[in-house]
Amino acid sequence: MLRFAVRRLIGMAAVLFAISVIVFLIFNVIPNSDPAQRIAGKNANPALIARVRADLGLDQSIVTQYLTMMKRIFTGTLTSYASSQNVGEQIWKGLPATLSLCIGAAVLWMALAVVFGYLSAVHAGKFTDRTLTILALVGISVPVFWLAAILLYYLSFKAQIFPTSSYVPLTKNPGQWAYHLVLPWITLAVLFVGFYSRVLRSNMLDVMNEDYVRTARAKGISERQIRIKHVLRNSMIPIITLFGLDFGAVVGGGAILTETVFNINGVGLYAGQAIGSLDLPPLMGVTMFGAFFIVLFNTVVDVLYAFLDPRIRLGEAAPA
Amino acid sequence: MTGSVGEIEAPGIPPVPAGVAPDAVRGRSPWYLAWVRLRRNRVALGFGVLFIAIVLVCLAAPLWADHVAHTGPDANHITDKVLVDGQEEYVVSPDGTPIGPGLHGRYLLGADQNGRDVMVRLLYGGRTSIFIGVAAALVTTVLAVLVGLLCGYYRGWIDAILSRIMDVVWAFPVLLLGIALGTTLALGGLKIGGLAISGDSVWIPIMIIGLVYVPYMARPIRGEILALREKEFVEAAVAQGKGPIRIMVSELLPNVISTIIVFFTLNIANNMLLESSLSFLGAGVRPPSASWGTMIADGYQNIYTAPHLTIVPGAMIVLTVLSLNVFGDGLRDALDPRAKIRLEH
Amino acid sequence: MILSVKDLTVSFATDGGVVRAVEGVSFSIDKGEILAIVGESGSGKSVTAQTILGLTRAPNATITGSVEFDGRDLTQLDDEALREVRGKRIAMIFQDPMTSLNPVYRVGEQIVEMIRAHEKVSKKEARDSAVELLRSVGIPNPERRVHDYPHEFSGGMRQRVMIAMALALDPDVLIADEPTTALDVTVQAQILRLLDKLNRERGLAVVLITHDLGVVAEVADRVAVMYAGQIVEDATLDDLFYDPQHPYTWGLLGSLARLDQPRPIRLAQIAGSPPSLLNPPTGCRFAARCPHEFDKCSEPPPLHGDRCWLDPTDKRRLRDVDGHIGLRKDVAS
Repeated sequence: MLRFAVRRLIGMAAVLFAISVIVFLIFNVIPNSDPAQRIAGKNANPALIARVRADLGLDQSIVTQYLTMMKRIFTGTLTSYASSQNVGEQIWKGLPATLSLCIGAAVLWMALAVVFGYLSAVHAGKFTDRTLTILALVGISVPVFWLAAILLYYLSFKAQIFPTSSYVPLTKNPGQWAYHLVLPWITLAVLFVGFYSRVLRSNMLDVMNEDYVRTARAKGISERQIRIKHVLRNSMIPIITLFGLDFGAVVGGGAILTETVFNINGVGLYAGQAIGSLDLPPLMGVTMFGAFFIVLFNTVVDVLYAFLDPRIRLGEAAPA
Repeated sequence: MTGSVGEIEAPGIPPVPAGVAPDAVRGRSPWYLAWVRLRRNRVALGFGVLFIAIVLVCLAAPLWADHVAHTGPDANHITDKVLVDGQEEYVVSPDGTPIGPGLHGRYLLGADQNGRDVMVRLLYGGRTSIFIGVAAALVTTVLAVLVGLLCGYYRGWIDAILSRIMDVVWAFPVLLLGIALGTTLALGGLKIGGLAISGDSVWIPIMIIGLVYVPYMARPIRGEILALREKEFVEAAVAQGKGPIRIMVSELLPNVISTIIVFFTLNIANNMLLESSLSFLGAGVRPPSASWGTMIADGYQNIYTAPHLTIVPGAMIVLTVLSLNVFGDGLRDALDPRAKIRLEH
Repeated sequence: MILSVKDLTVSFATDGGVVRAVEGVSFSIDKGEILAIVGESGSGKSVTAQTILGLTRAPNATITGSVEFDGRDLTQLDDEALREVRGKRIAMIFQDPMTSLNPVYRVGEQIVEMIRAHEKVSKKEARDSAVELLRSVGIPNPERRVHDYPHEFSGGMRQRVMIAMALALDPDVLIADEPTTALDVTVQAQILRLLDKLNRERGLAVVLITHDLGVVAEVADRVAVMYAGQIVEDATLDDLFYDPQHPYTWGLLGSLARLDQPRPIRLAQIAGSPPSLLNPPTGCRFAARCPHEFDKCSEPPPLHGDRCWLDPTDKRRLRDVDGHIGLRKDVAS
């Protein structure tokens, strides 16, 4: 078990390293534009540009620049070119909002997905199932930002049910916090509810065909108990692992659209702003943060899967 | 997954129960059976037809532009006037509000804040969006099949390296990767060897979107190939002296075709969604070209005064993507009623 | 007769048409008897077995006939009533013990689940019963092993667990659907001996589904032979092996490798393959493969011990192939 964990950690580190290199290269090698020029502004003269370049250490070799930036990341001194804010601090400040959004949406989407998926599977082929399937398919066909805009327009602006203004921290006012987050939660959850309810339905239908379900029936267990204790329980295992991956991805950057439209000051919004100004340090910071989260959750998920499935936890079967 | 929207058959019941002689369904090729099942799924077929209809209508954009609207997608009519119920009105009123939908022919769906005909832009935008979706899907499919085959067949260090690369791409926050590449490439374009692609070219988003989804498709394919590789017919082929390429192409590939077809269809849907997200954030299609995503971005500025500019292109995306999803779903059920084909999100 | 199946017919509506898996099957079993149902894959034996407990009920299944048990017709019972019979009065074990046990629950939990589904006992009592049950089927160290997961047992042990679970509530009948097929030959013998012991000690009636005549010879009291969804012969064990009445049975016996005969150059086979159950033939279903087929065979033969129009004297003559029982390949006059 320990060897497994160590190997995974090394793998994680390797992936993160590769990502940091790639991001760095993307922004330094590919574009023909010169960061110093961009920062110095459109009308800068060559002398100004040269000075900006020297200030930011952009006149050094690529490798040196990369190492400097990495050092800064680890020491928490990474600062933006454009605004001289500390990247680490900004990310830290945006984290509560992003987590509020993601965790809330996650709870919502898992709860709904399990209910819808279960109902769909149990009433498969009938009206309930068809309706839920259509809803699910629509759910995965809607662009998140567009849904956000539509909800904002109809429910905030026109019907005035929900507020249009941005994030209220939990610590300041829990009621307002939730109130302001309802629409963002729904927006972020819709896509996932659609997807997960269908995966659960599909898993449950597969499991229903398994031999051990037939055995349970032959034992005289009630249908309801079979559905929950045997079918649902076994169907949830892949769902939990998928969830880990998606949750990591959402925190790691998937929330950027929702935060942008609803003006939530989270990590995603910060990333969006950095992209607009092509500001490398914050972009690097946010990407590393995002990748770290994704990779972390990948690992958590693998461990969780081993825990949930005793076959993997305890090593494979004895001979027949 | 059995019993999608259109299916009548009770799921959870295998089509032919265990213990029934193989004779019972002898003589029908899997493709024929799949076709029969698909044919019965009228809902899926209906949406498939809908998708084709949307494609055709968008392809006919120039016809509409020339003969009905008499204007191009990029033509500003910001100071023009137009006849509405006999009254002359500004296309874009002095306070910036463009006219809404409801006219006939010209400005059928109204105009945007630059006076451009929304319907015309919608059709041209559709061409761009669909083209990007399909082209990117081709890129993804080709790369994913390649990676999947190589990893699955050779295993060993080829698999190790390619899988690591896939892991890195997979770990990248999708949007961030797309945006990072999108914005930087848009600035300077891409120069590889003698090939130069302008930053404004639509091939930039195509390549980016195509690349981003490769791991999603490559992993399941790799898994299938790994499993197939253990089967006897591969051993037999090797014993017959067939070279690796022949084995990959003529023995392994045909067995994953159904997976590929289903993934391809669903991939187009995902690509269109990703393109719209990227374009909305300014990292996808470059103005003044239109895609449904850029139209939403433009329209979003005026969402309170002219909501139709946001609603209409989004609705088109939903309709098109939904058609692909429903049809792709039906395809999956037809090709493998107890499918292990699942798109890992 | 504690269990009587009368004229059972099961058909399934499928993509390719209506599959008539079981047609007019009738048999019965008495307390303390072991009835073997023999047939090849696709003969309908598993479907028959599962239908007894209503496990084949489905929207696309049509079931007619009756299954009489304890004065009631099981096919007419609703799910709630049937649930009380399942496991408690009639228990069933299946072919593949690995897939027949839920991999994520401990073995003890699965036995306890069954006990508590039918009896009001505490978890502790149920668990103690589970330990005793495991002991009674010969699993060493049951106190420890009751906490293990299915994959931690070997195949033979797993099947014993299945048997233990099936016996938990002391049922009257045990239906065993190919219980030894997935096991090694040496382990097979152990399981059969176990079943035999349970039958003798508890008077447990066993319906043993198998395709292996060796298994039949080992433990059965009576045998029913199934072919293409029908029962073609129903006889005592001795009668089946020494005085079989149906050509299919002759073919089965003739294809056995025998120690008391010189080794044949090739093992005898029955030519051809079973008919499609989508469109079964209207007359005798074995006629197409039977070298002794004659014109009466186009009418469906009724079951009176066996389904064959040949008269008994002809049978005795025709089934003799070089001194032992078999099916001639060439047509006898």
